[in-house]
Amino acid sequence: MDKQTKITEILRRLAGKPIDPAPGESLFESGLLDSFALADLVSALEAEFAIRIPDSDLRPRLFDSIDRIAAYVEKRS
Amino acid sequence: MAYLRALGCYLPSRVVENSEVAPLVGVDAEWLLRATGIEQRRFAAPEESVASLGLRAAEDCLAGAGIPAREVGMLIVASGSSERRFPGPASAIGAALGIAGTPAIDLPMASAGSLFGLALGAKLCRDYGNVLVVGAEIMSRVVRLEPAFRDTAILFGDGAGACVVSEGSGFARVVDSILSTDGDFREALRLDLDAPLEMDGRAIILQASRKLPRVISELLARNHSNPSQVGTFVMHQANLNLIARVAQSLGVPDTKVFRNLGRYGNTSSASLLIAATEWWRETGGPLQAPVVFAAFGAGLNWGALLAAPVDGGGLGLA
Repeated sequence: MDKQTKITEILRRLAGKPIDPAPGESLFESGLLDSFALADLVSALEAEFAIRIPDSDLRPRLFDSIDRIAAYVEKRS
Repeated sequence: MAYLRALGCYLPSRVVENSEVAPLVGVDAEWLLRATGIEQRRFAAPEESVASLGLRAAEDCLAGAGIPAREVGMLIVASGSSERRFPGPASAIGAALGIAGTPAIDLPMASAGSLFGLALGAKLCRDYGNVLVVGAEIMSRVVRLEPAFRDTAILFGDGAGACVVSEGSGFARVVDSILSTDGDFREALRLDLDAPLEMDGRAIILQASRKLPRVISELLARNHSNPSQVGTFVMHQANLNLIARVAQSLGVPDTKVFRNLGRYGNTSSASLLIAATEWWRETGGPLQAPVVFAAFGAGLNWGALLAAPVDGGGLGLA
């Protein structure tokens, strides 16, 4: 499973429903991600990809779309 | 050794319900309650000031402590909504208490200011005697009740809290504290001159969701304790969901976390001491189990303070 697919799976799990956001779609603007789901997303990314996300990277814009999340995970991996 | 000797607070008499705020910012009152958990807040009267609110809380606290103002050796006042750049409210409160000559220090620090004041007071009371820590805010004057600013306008309220920290006696012994600052995120919550408060809520929640549980866990671990041994967590009343998340991260039941956000909204640096006062008055009598005070806010500043029963509560807290 590629990174984007895994990220989509995480987002579906957090949303609790079968969402299918476009890779470049803003997860905040579309209402798929709020402040608290974002915190859950960060924890899920750490677990799924075995990475550590430092506090200095806890910037919402880094996690605003599947594309951005994938790029960030790639950089941290 | 430092002790928490007494707490006190003051809330302005004007109760502002969601039904008054909601139409001003273009939302439904029911939505406002669901989104924030806030049912009402207090707004200061036009003639009130940050210093006058702080004074009322200080007087309430001193009455509870049973000590006259002249026995205060140092005054620390936290406020992020002070009306002037300088002097801050500390000198005005000191003057109103009639304690000229006593050092009065301002902490121009929103949200976590009173937690920082408590921790500093616990360090300084050995040299200065009774340290009176006050947190006072008139947040209603730094937000705009307009639709464009609704995300912040709906959250805040006015009030003040106070605590006397003393060397030698009190209802709870200050065991330890941790204070931290991360200036990389200083723009995420700010109040510029002649502008309303601005907040990047996502960044704040994301940072707080991690930093608060971490600092509490670190504080307890280095004192050979753990969250399950704590009787009550009293936190800055910023957001009910955040408070619940911190409790979840620590693995403690909601019942261990004190909440009064619903009645007062977020009163910034005053909230911790207002919440602590209500918790203390509800509890009554000597402390039976350790209590953790924690706060997070602009700066970013955050931290936690551990206090224990005077006899240690059987936990062997050093």
